[in-house]
Amino acid sequence: MFDFLTGYDLLGAFWVTVQLTVYSAIGSLVWGTLLAAMRVSPVPLMRGFGTAYVNIVRNIPLTVIIVFTSLGLFQTLSISLGAKDFTTINFRLAVLGLITYTAAFVCEALRSGINTVPAGQVEAARAIGLSFPQVLRLIVLPQAFRSVVGPLANVLIALTKNTTVAATIGVAEAALLMREMIENEAQLILISVIFAFGFICLTLPTGLLLGWVSKKVAVRR
Amino acid sequence: MKSRPSALYDVPGPRARRRNVLYTVLFLLALALLIWWVARSLADKNQLEWSKWDPFFTDARTWTTYILPGLKNTVIAAALAMAIALPLGALLGIGRLSDHAWVRGAAGAVVEFFRAIPVLILMLFANAAYAEFTDISPETRPLYAVVTGLVLYNASVLAEVVRAGILALPRGQTDAAKAIGMRKGQTMTHVLLPQSVTAMLPALVSQLVVIVKDTALGGALLNFSELLASVRPMSANYGANTIASFTVVAVVFVALNFALTTFAAWLERRLRRAKKSTGAVVRVDAVEDLATPGEHAGPADVRADGRADDRN
Repeated sequence: MFDFLTGYDLLGAFWVTVQLTVYSAIGSLVWGTLLAAMRVSPVPLMRGFGTAYVNIVRNIPLTVIIVFTSLGLFQTLSISLGAKDFTTINFRLAVLGLITYTAAFVCEALRSGINTVPAGQVEAARAIGLSFPQVLRLIVLPQAFRSVVGPLANVLIALTKNTTVAATIGVAEAALLMREMIENEAQLILISVIFAFGFICLTLPTGLLLGWVSKKVAVRR
Repeated sequence: MKSRPSALYDVPGPRARRRNVLYTVLFLLALALLIWWVARSLADKNQLEWSKWDPFFTDARTWTTYILPGLKNTVIAAALAMAIALPLGALLGIGRLSDHAWVRGAAGAVVEFFRAIPVLILMLFANAAYAEFTDISPETRPLYAVVTGLVLYNASVLAEVVRAGILALPRGQTDAAKAIGMRKGQTMTHVLLPQSVTAMLPALVSQLVVIVKDTALGGALLNFSELLASVRPMSANYGANTIASFTVVAVVFVALNFALTTFAAWLERRLRRAKKSTGAVVRVDAVEDLATPGEHAGPADVRADGRADDRN
């Protein structure tokens, strides 16, 4: 029944999906945190930049961003992100696109977390003379991060599903392999079930685990 | 959402103001450096030449042949997907609130299944299924595939939105319906559902943005001639103006989606203020959470209107 699977690197494709997810998650967490810091900073220009970035990037389809990294950045502007072969170049471009897009959502999740920190906490921090970076680093962000584990988990799950968009620029992840297998094998239903099951295996445990963590670490008020 | 930036820092005194000016200047410098670098790379590849950009301003055919037909297909696919997914989602959402365990279980399983799978996988499946089991012509098949994929995914997301909308209503509504002798079905169709439609309107509009964005997948992988797919023929016809074409397409997407987002936010504010309704509303920013598998739609997630939660 599963004879048609021979010759396809199913696990390898899902491993690429996982790699895309992990690299993009780390990158967008860093960039998203910086953006969130900008959005609440006392400098109006930084606030404006953060707001503009989030509003623009959230309204562009991820597909447009990813296809642009290949057609625009690589093929037109010859930006290859320090890689030599096409596989690595496309992988890095896809990660860049995913970070650009996901960071906007991380930023919004964090900002809503910052808004849940009671004003009294911040006022107390300022009263003992902490500066804005100190208030953010020592008081606000630690509490904000604890209250946004749930929303960030949702961003991570959405990111896992979004990595399939990398198929549009030929990154050999799960969706691209599924397309190839559908074309070559007469087993549409079985192939679809296998790939659906693969993604359920990736997203459901993440959701359950991080849902549990978010309850554990949530700040009780 | 109420932003509260002022609590994070003091009203700037002379020193803080000097420091803010310094940061502004440094940030401006960094931005200028970035813009200069982008402009130089563009100029190196001749992407800034006016001949690559002026078709969008001087030649109406760029719009009538490429962009507007693409936009039309994007809007058609999104509208169809929304129109079909909404009733399905309502059925699933009401099913999840059923008193019968097996209805609840079945609806819940369907919702969890389709929320856990990327919409692209659903589109690829739909495309191949239409090719194999039906005789829909290859020209219209991409539209069918895109809409089917979007419907399967969004029906399950909208099911959660509907459920959240019904849960957001004050418990008194159900009690009052019971008190005047309405049956369960009547309570749902005459009392809860009509009011929840208002409560979830902002969330529906904001989900429309997600649908519009996902149609671009069909353009990139299924030969669906929507807005993104117009980039290739445009850059082929107007002297490899890839960057210009992408910029215009992105601007059109941002304009459309920004209008929808603003409309959703306005609706939400209006509903919160409304005196005639219960004031219950599904938060626009709750939709992203409702779109991922797992349990989110507790009343605490949904009701952010500051009223005392009279459900527990």
